[in-house]
Amino acid sequence: MKKASLRVQAWAISLTLLICLIAAWSGLTANSGSAGAAANLTPEQIEYMQMLGKSPEGAGSSKAGFPSPSEFGAAVFQHLSQPFYDNGPNDKGIGIQLGWSLLRVAAGFLLACLVAIPLGFVIGMSPLLYKALDPFIQVLKPISPLAWMPLALYTIKDSSVSGIFVIFICSVWPMLVNTAFGVAGVKRDWINVANTLEVSPLRKALQVILPAAAPTIFTGMRISMGIAWLVIVAAEMLVGGTGIGYFLWNEWNNLSLTNVLFAILTIGVVGMLLDQTFASLQKKVTYVE
Amino acid sequence: MFKLPRSLTAAAYDADRPLQLRCSCGQDHAPQDHDTIANSVEALSNDRIEATIVKALFPQDAVRRNFLKAVGANTVRAAIASVLPLGALQAMAQEKGPLEKTNVKIGFIPITCATPLIMAHPMGFYEAEGLKAEVIKTANWALIRDKMIHGEHDVSHFLSPQPIAMSLGLGSAQAPMRVATIQNTNGQAITLANKHKDNRDPKNWKGMKFAVPFEHSMHNFLLRYYVAEHGLNPDTDIQIRVVPPPEMVANLRAGNIDGYLGPDPFNQRAVFEEVGFIHLLTKELWDGHPCCAFGASEKFIQEAPNTFAALYRAVLKSSTMARDSANRDAIAKAIAPANYLNQPEIVIKQVLTGRFADGLGNIQNVPARADFDPIPWQSMAVWILTQMKRWGYLKEDVNYQQLAQQIFLITDAKKHMQALGMPVPDGVTRKFTIMGKEFDPSQPKAYLNSFAIRKAS
Repeated sequence: MKKASLRVQAWAISLTLLICLIAAWSGLTANSGSAGAAANLTPEQIEYMQMLGKSPEGAGSSKAGFPSPSEFGAAVFQHLSQPFYDNGPNDKGIGIQLGWSLLRVAAGFLLACLVAIPLGFVIGMSPLLYKALDPFIQVLKPISPLAWMPLALYTIKDSSVSGIFVIFICSVWPMLVNTAFGVAGVKRDWINVANTLEVSPLRKALQVILPAAAPTIFTGMRISMGIAWLVIVAAEMLVGGTGIGYFLWNEWNNLSLTNVLFAILTIGVVGMLLDQTFASLQKKVTYVE
Repeated sequence: MFKLPRSLTAAAYDADRPLQLRCSCGQDHAPQDHDTIANSVEALSNDRIEATIVKALFPQDAVRRNFLKAVGANTVRAAIASVLPLGALQAMAQEKGPLEKTNVKIGFIPITCATPLIMAHPMGFYEAEGLKAEVIKTANWALIRDKMIHGEHDVSHFLSPQPIAMSLGLGSAQAPMRVATIQNTNGQAITLANKHKDNRDPKNWKGMKFAVPFEHSMHNFLLRYYVAEHGLNPDTDIQIRVVPPPEMVANLRAGNIDGYLGPDPFNQRAVFEEVGFIHLLTKELWDGHPCCAFGASEKFIQEAPNTFAALYRAVLKSSTMARDSANRDAIAKAIAPANYLNQPEIVIKQVLTGRFADGLGNIQNVPARADFDPIPWQSMAVWILTQMKRWGYLKEDVNYQQLAQQIFLITDAKKHMQALGMPVPDGVTRKFTIMGKEFDPSQPKAYLNSFAIRKAS
């Protein structure tokens, strides 16, 4: 009962915050109303205003300033009402763009899993390797995804594979470190029991260490997924072609803040959904000692 | 490499036999083809072109045979191919040969400079040549360069100095690129932030920050030339940064830069957004200066000469249409949508028609603001090389004329123009006047030495 009311309260506060935010936004973007008199303008002045994208009657301009909530809502509706249109290679619907981004993230992330989890396992089980590889991991871990890009483009010679590589290289470290940490932290007692029972090494790894380290490994995967989603936007802005990052860049190109805002919101929502997926996976493997 | 050897070609590079173009039977075919004359005419004409070249180079057969024995057939062939655009010549001779490749990828930067390349797509010029072209918007010039080096794009929109820099291996791995046509002439401007409305004299620009789209660009060279003519050293007195064209307006608004010499529509867009004004059009510095180019790698030209020729025709037709001011309104409408430039139509229209708001409250009428003269004059390349040398991008001494001849394919361009019935000017070089100073392409060194302000070397 108490728990339920807490949730209701939290929802109420979230909603109030949202309403305040929108109210402030619409207050700030309300047309300050420059009611210019059109009567005493020469034809040339009228043409000049039209060239700047303003209507000579002084009733607001058609150009892209900061949008009001209603303009933003209209843009969101327009994008979501036809998410899969395809007007050629440089103009596709938001659904297609998101699909491309998710595909790249999935490819890079899966590659990272394939490398990080087995390697993390080995490092975690051997204190010697842990110490030997640590300096490399510490140096490579903090490198920004964009710093990798020129190198990747030069060596891989393919821009879309470079994008996937950059996701891979940035999402591999948290997973590696967490896996190693989780594996190294498995209770000695459990391993000793397994040793006493003369369990084969493979069985020991899969049936004792893996379940014990799983929560830490999934934490690493969750962090990595968050990073991969951050990286994809930057990579696509740089490499272009398709994806939500390219969409954002293309609309920046057009200085359309409405569409940029829409892209930001989309990135946020998709990122949240991805995070929640991993949170629920994490919950499934958590155990109580 | 182009596909060879075939009968007559093989004979041309055969050190052990005499080279006879005419059979002893009296017919116009090589003697060794006497039996297999049923060969395709096309293959034969390819052979004949190459054999004719070899024959012309070595009129005395004994000399040819000794020479081939001494250095080997492949060396000679490579040497000839490097001087003469054999692939292109062969393609030309065949009129419209079968396309080696119908799906072509064409890279572009979303600016009005690329108008002929872009508009050929919605207007169906590529399709008319039997090509399934994809025009791909690319984020910045470094990526245009990298995608061409990797072969991700078949042909591309380039800054006209870019193929020269790439062929020389400046700022990237060396990759031989060729300029097929110039995309556009004029059409750039110096835009300044509104706060500099009363600061129009370049002598007072010390310490200001400017943006150009790329190091190896006409924008960079023209901006440097302009401030240097006004007594400022562009390397020490002002700051020049590389900013991709689409990001210039945002940076100007944010106050990161004081101005830029950039491509349109971003000069006009700054006026439209009321963050800047047009200080001058580059037409006022050098009327008819080249800006961007349409080019391909040497490898693509040799591997797919017919496809390259088809692209050549499509782009030249497009240029012709773009040059006619009567078409400019329709072109603005065709290239403004999100798939191409993604800009308000009114902005593009002002750029292309030359009737525009300058950001200072005036409407200017400059019909020649942007033009699309496709001829890749070799003297343009020579001028670019002198500026590369002047500002220290090019360290070693080069043969200006030879490089210009190799990279700017004016002979090919003129042949295609003639075939399309376009007016073709004489010669391969022209003198230019830049800010009142004459440039004589035959004296590049003297020209270079005439500048007081240059990078100390």
